[in-house]
Amino acid sequence: MIDVRGLSCPEPVIMVQKAMASGDSQYTVQSDSKTAVENITRFVVAQGYTIVSKEENSEYILTITK
Amino acid sequence: MSVVSEKQRIIIAGLIIGAIASFLVLAGNPQNMGFCIACFIRDSVGGLGLHRAAPVQYIRPEIIGLVLGAFLLSWFRGERSAKGGSAPATRFTLGFFTMIGCLIFLGCPFRMILRLAGGDWNAIMGLLGFTGGIAVGTVFLKRGYSLGRTYIVSKMDSYIMPVAQVILLGLVVAAPAFIFFTEKGPGAIHAPLWISLAAGLVVGGLAQYSRLCMVGGIRDIILFKETKLILGFIAILVAAFLVNISVGNFHPGFVKQPIAHTDGLWNFLGMALAGLCCTLMGGCPLRQLILSGEGNSDSMITVVGLAAGAAFAHNFGLAASGTGVPVAGQIAVGVGFVIALVIAVKNMRK
Repeated sequence: MIDVRGLSCPEPVIMVQKAMASGDSQYTVQSDSKTAVENITRFVVAQGYTIVSKEENSEYILTITK
Repeated sequence: MSVVSEKQRIIIAGLIIGAIASFLVLAGNPQNMGFCIACFIRDSVGGLGLHRAAPVQYIRPEIIGLVLGAFLLSWFRGERSAKGGSAPATRFTLGFFTMIGCLIFLGCPFRMILRLAGGDWNAIMGLLGFTGGIAVGTVFLKRGYSLGRTYIVSKMDSYIMPVAQVILLGLVVAAPAFIFFTEKGPGAIHAPLWISLAAGLVVGGLAQYSRLCMVGGIRDIILFKETKLILGFIAILVAAFLVNISVGNFHPGFVKQPIAHTDGLWNFLGMALAGLCCTLMGGCPLRQLILSGEGNSDSMITVVGLAAGAAFAHNFGLAASGTGVPVAGQIAVGVGFVIALVIAVKNMRK
């Protein structure tokens, strides 16, 4: 689980970018910011991943899959 | 939400914002200064008497409108949240030196675009410096720079900035004796109050809606080759340029540009400092105002840092003018670089 809650732009995307260097096929991200969700979505889609976002109590769980 | 619609959204927002900025000049704002977050915060600080530079004292309704526009739209969209607690003193300091850099260049990143759109080629050196400062900031970001997490804070905290704007609006409308109004100088050149306020509200809403950020555009290209935010930057430039040229407000050249100096080195260094500080604090001055409207108390502190920087810049003769950059201002920029770099190094985490 990549926890990007409370981090300023562009740290959430950098954390996801660094995690992706491992080459895994699936990642899970926890966020509390819609802006971060939008930024991460743009980034991972550009890298050829698909992303599913679930919102619960103003927090988001993102599942990123190759 | 598709990527295409996001990009269309920011382009449309940028085009409207650029056009509004140019129309504000027609309505009475200074040339190439339909909007300038740094200048307008500086004027507002002067209006409150927190500095005594008589030519730049007017509580600018555009700033009030930006915060309230973001406040209202984020409320409507369910995006308001009370957060804070991420290195507030450091953010204050970065805001302070962002303002110093901007007042050496004579404009924030937003006005840098508007100066380019008006044909002020001195802003090219500013843009190069701004890009350089951001590039240095991204080196630290890639190496783990972080000011740490924000946390949920009291809801009341999130209302302080919007309420403060309502109070400021009351002061500029009522004009009590203790509020300062420039009689001669840039502070006296302004659009009618309600037009300025309406323009601020619309631009604040659009910036909240599109996440527009002047520093983010260049930063995201360097870090991720991501073009969304830069499209907003370009759209503002194009729209302002088109309006300027159609109404005869495009005057290309370096000399005799309105509220600008021709010292290329200090135009470069001023915006380099602003670019570095903005990258380290996570967004440009406009974005900080918008986030403060959304309820982020770290951004509120950053805006207070910007205001303090403006007060110091004019109380201690640091700010540039049309004739150039004073030595004290040059020293302040040097101090700013040292402090920003210390902040960057000391906040790198594994």
